[in-house]
Amino acid sequence: MTIQEAVHPDPEPRAGIGRRRFLGYVLAAPVLTVAARWTLDTPAARAATPTGGVPSGPQLSDTVDLNDLLTDATLPTANLITVVVNTDGTASFALPRAESGQGITTSSAMLIAEELDLPLDKIIMTLADARPELVFNQFTAGSNTTISTYTPIRVAAALARQRLLEAAAVELGDEVTNLRTSLGSVISSTGRSVSYGALAAQAASATVQAQAVTLKDPSDFTVIGTPQNRIDALAAVTGQKQYAMDLDVAGALPTMVCRAPTLNGTVQAVRNSAQVKGMPGITDVAVIPTGVAVRGATFGQVIDAVRALDVSWGPGNVDGESDGTVLAALQAAELPMAVPKVPALATTLDARFTFYWRSNSALEPQTAVADVRAGSAEVWSAMQSPILTQQTVATALGLPVSAVTAHVVQAGGAFGRRMFSNVVVEAAQISKAVGKPVKLMWDRTAEFRYGRVHPMCTSRVRATVLGGNVLSFEQRHTSVATDYTQGFGEILSSTAGKLPEGDFLGYSQTVFETTTNVPYNVGVVSQLLNEIFQYDTFHSGSVRNLYNPEVVTAVELMVDQIARVVGKDPYALRRSLVKDPRAGAVLDAVAKAGAWGRSMPANTAQGIAIHTEYKGATACLVELDNTPATVRRTIRDAVTGPRVTKVVFAIDAGLPINPRGLEAQMMGGVNSAIGQVLTESLHLQDGHFLEGSWDNYFYTRQWNAPPDLQVIVMPPTTGEPGGAGEFGVAAAKAAVACAYARATGSLPTSFPVNHDGPLAFTPYPTVPSMPQSPTDGLDHAY
Amino acid sequence: MPTHSFTLNGKAVTVDCDDDLRLLWVLRDLLGVHGPKYGCGLDVCKACTSHVDGEAFNPCSVPVKDVEGREITTIEGLPATVGKALHPMQQAWLDRDVPQCGYCQPGQIMAAVAKVQEVRAAGGDITALDDAAFDEIRNICRCGTYQRIREATIAGAQGM
Repeated sequence: MTIQEAVHPDPEPRAGIGRRRFLGYVLAAPVLTVAARWTLDTPAARAATPTGGVPSGPQLSDTVDLNDLLTDATLPTANLITVVVNTDGTASFALPRAESGQGITTSSAMLIAEELDLPLDKIIMTLADARPELVFNQFTAGSNTTISTYTPIRVAAALARQRLLEAAAVELGDEVTNLRTSLGSVISSTGRSVSYGALAAQAASATVQAQAVTLKDPSDFTVIGTPQNRIDALAAVTGQKQYAMDLDVAGALPTMVCRAPTLNGTVQAVRNSAQVKGMPGITDVAVIPTGVAVRGATFGQVIDAVRALDVSWGPGNVDGESDGTVLAALQAAELPMAVPKVPALATTLDARFTFYWRSNSALEPQTAVADVRAGSAEVWSAMQSPILTQQTVATALGLPVSAVTAHVVQAGGAFGRRMFSNVVVEAAQISKAVGKPVKLMWDRTAEFRYGRVHPMCTSRVRATVLGGNVLSFEQRHTSVATDYTQGFGEILSSTAGKLPEGDFLGYSQTVFETTTNVPYNVGVVSQLLNEIFQYDTFHSGSVRNLYNPEVVTAVELMVDQIARVVGKDPYALRRSLVKDPRAGAVLDAVAKAGAWGRSMPANTAQGIAIHTEYKGATACLVELDNTPATVRRTIRDAVTGPRVTKVVFAIDAGLPINPRGLEAQMMGGVNSAIGQVLTESLHLQDGHFLEGSWDNYFYTRQWNAPPDLQVIVMPPTTGEPGGAGEFGVAAAKAAVACAYARATGSLPTSFPVNHDGPLAFTPYPTVPSMPQSPTDGLDHAY
Repeated sequence: MPTHSFTLNGKAVTVDCDDDLRLLWVLRDLLGVHGPKYGCGLDVCKACTSHVDGEAFNPCSVPVKDVEGREITTIEGLPATVGKALHPMQQAWLDRDVPQCGYCQPGQIMAAVAKVQEVRAAGGDITALDDAAFDEIRNICRCGTYQRIREATIAGAQGM
């Protein structure tokens, strides 16, 4: 069987098929194999419902958002989603997405369990290899997986159940209408039953058949919307879950790369290649475009060899750039405000916020296994855009795409990092150069110094207020260019033409305008993006959410400033101005659960904020402790400072598939947000980032994590699932920033708030590019 | 090539390698034990946390010669230390659905078990592990599962 057989020549929905009725396809296969496609669904315009304030007209993201673009892009190919019922009674599904901790294997299995009526533990989920025929439908980003796969996966599973019922009717000598299914069996009116496994062959088809099927009425759901544990949790807690670095591919020996002291520096000469190749365990030394690769028996020996390399490096492309020069360039590139200065009676509030570089390092460093042979190549890695990676590897090796097999491995975190194929391409280049398989792993210091960064940016916000009303609200976001060419670019370049107000400057503008908004009635609203540098000047990318962690934080800090000027409580003002009733509902939920406005001790404060994106709404209330005793806590090699002591976070995800997983994603977003406001950034100095380990880059640790965290998952509102993976960050980041401003009594304008202070660590040298592992580990045993 | 012998998850093992090769690479690259993860190689992220004679430590920062004759336990060998299919800490992790990407979780569990044992040995109340105890668990979880880690650690302690 090939997947292409699933494509029906006329796959348009037939007349009379209702809202829950779809066409699926039974494929020609020895056991029951079903496929489904999407039914075209135009994005519903989200009407603004003014509840107070000066109404603001609809913004682009109110009528079409990024997720509509991502979903539209999957429409022509979503028919290739297939469910197989096996003779042992299990069902198999190869998810064409990347699981990296966000829980989509579990939530997708729940969709199958719901419609197929099969226990969750009987569903075998794997990640599909790169499949070029899927075109856009194998791209994991923008929290879009469940939004775009919700219907097709259910259609396939429902059709599988229908075929099993039809086969059972023959087997049991009964009418289909007399049969029911329960937990993997079909049961007749007389109580006779036959298992799915026993029906798998009979329910199969020798030819491709189109067949209509009706999905369950949501009121009959027994799995969707119920809290479920992750299907891979047992593997994770026993150490059995496999990541790319755990794969045992014959001959794929440990490999690392020695890198230049500054970004995009090049190798001019390696002075001691032969000597290093002769070191214990080392098999190969090879120059590739991004550095000098070393392959050996163990990673420990490879680290020793990389450190012994004597390399002459050429300059990088940004050797003259530091935080200060970039900030000056950002300020110079800021687009002018549109609203002229208003009369003296109006109050103008103007603030500019700076957000420094953020690393998108996951805990699992970028790793790829590559086995390049004459005329073919096989690669294994965690890939958010495997089709593009496969194409890029083929180009780098001078092979046709069909000669490259790309296996998607589960990721130890992604956060946007694994949209980029750099590590896979490097592994392929090295394997080709040395003529042997390699297991390439980036070292931690390389992850921070040469890995992808969420670009440094400024966000200027200006609001005019007259007589208690907000007349205008302008935002000028200026950013180092973000690399959207991987995946996002491919999708947007083909779908941007569908936008009602097309003709954008580029990918970034499209992403900005389809994701950002001001969720309040604040008069004339204008939000614009400008960029400096080229998309590939820095190794840029988005980290867990695109522009909104910064854009929303700037907006919400300004809303608090407006509240101060008009003499209103920050929650009450937001409540009076909020446009979307769903946003109002989550705002109310956190205010109530978090006891907004309660009396707080000196140097502590609450903060509150909302964020609308991903076809949903979130709100966050935090309490922050800035008392001297807390700020001065000392923990070895740590940044302590102010502490977020309590968080209440509410999410309306439209239709929550797995509330327990949704809660987990919000928890992760909150902990990320805290680091972004208070402790976590990269410092650029003379063309390189200073941070080189997790004790330099102060991501949230136990001592910064709020001891009291409550996540409220709102009941279903729209009946359609929204995004989750990135949705926890922006509202939390804004709420923490607002609480910090209120606790300290001054508006923070630079994030994280400790960035401009003295460095809290001693940077590692840049040559050699990798620090040596310590030897005193036993001294820290407990 | 020097020979090094120690106990790994209850079994005697001998490897031929340089004295200074860090134990993490002995485990992962020579012995094929993949539960301990590389996250930094600098004794910072704690993703490789395992036990030496029952105490938490990080094999990325210990030369193999320093564990001669000692007893090493990785996540793979943790259940056997209590003679069960799963250690109570692992069960607590499952009950609270702690893992997200899962990468740090073997190290988190090994750290939690050692921390509970340390607090208990000092006569502390393991059912009310406080901030100070958790401040000493330095393991990074980039997915940010810290609150569930706290809940699971306290629950797991009750079963230990």
